[in-house]
Amino acid sequence: MHELSIAMSIVEMVEEEIERRGEAHVIAIHLKLGRLSGVVKEALMSSYEIACDDSPLRGSTLMIEEVPVLIFCSGCQEKRPVSSTQLFCCAECGRPSPEVVQGQEIEVVALEIEEWAPSHV
Amino acid sequence: MGAQPRLVEVRKNVLKQNDLTARNLREEFKAAGVFVVSLVSSPGTGKTMFLEKTLSLLGQNYRVAALVGDLATENDAIRLARSGAPVKQITTGTLCHLEAAMVRNSLAGWNLSELDFLFIENVGNLVCPASYDLGEDLRLVLISVTEGEDKPLKYPTIFNSADVAIITKMDLAEAVEFDWPTACGNIQAVRPGMVVLKVSAKTGIGMEKYLEFLTAHLSPRF
Repeated sequence: MHELSIAMSIVEMVEEEIERRGEAHVIAIHLKLGRLSGVVKEALMSSYEIACDDSPLRGSTLMIEEVPVLIFCSGCQEKRPVSSTQLFCCAECGRPSPEVVQGQEIEVVALEIEEWAPSHV
Repeated sequence: MGAQPRLVEVRKNVLKQNDLTARNLREEFKAAGVFVVSLVSSPGTGKTMFLEKTLSLLGQNYRVAALVGDLATENDAIRLARSGAPVKQITTGTLCHLEAAMVRNSLAGWNLSELDFLFIENVGNLVCPASYDLGEDLRLVLISVTEGEDKPLKYPTIFNSADVAIITKMDLAEAVEFDWPTACGNIQAVRPGMVVLKVSAKTGIGMEKYLEFLTAHLSPRF
């Protein structure tokens, strides 16, 4: 169960980011989570609440987009989905491939920031 | 004046700090000429005994050392020190895995250029260590014949993060009716082409082949 350390890293990273950008109120964090990242979505969601409890991020939402595993298939010469995470074969032609090109990411992709700005008429 | 939510693109890897530390370690290891091997497995696979044998056999011809991750005790480090090799304990407390910074910190005081092999034994866990690069050259994932042939299917992530699978406790294979073709098929399903080696640290079965495999990775120096 290392989701809490991951959640704390996310909070730390976002805090640095909002500090760098000046005063801003983060309402949501968009995260890409690969199915081969070793991190469980549900556990990360509940860890996130604990991790941001005492931080300016308190009350913000962690929005997780799960990313499927893709391999490079030498038969198709293309990036292809795997049959399943229990079977690393090209879902199209069935050829086995150890070359994972997507699915390991734990990446903060965007922040939803609320700020006071003059309204344009 | 009104509140206007807007989306700001960030694109940052959450484990960036660990990956950077691991990359620096890898360069440091390469410059020092030390080959670094890490070991991951569930608790009870026989990692420590396997490493103890590795250190004493390899130590006859090579300069070897080990770092051992453990949640609370120093028992493993004490066992490994019997091999005569330098051993350091990394007590992780409640943390279920090693991180690159822990490896870097525990190397203080060691002259890496005086080593041929450095082994890093991770905390017994087949889940969390998968996400953390430690700067190693080779990652071994160990499963014992007593654990069941479907272990790879249950933990595909760790098998994907590792380079070589080691089947331990082969001396018990017959007694527990270990199904080698099924186990091997499951490993190949989650990691096509993975090298699989069978050993028994107790009886010595397969140890010679495994040590030959390791030493073949050393670049010739003479």
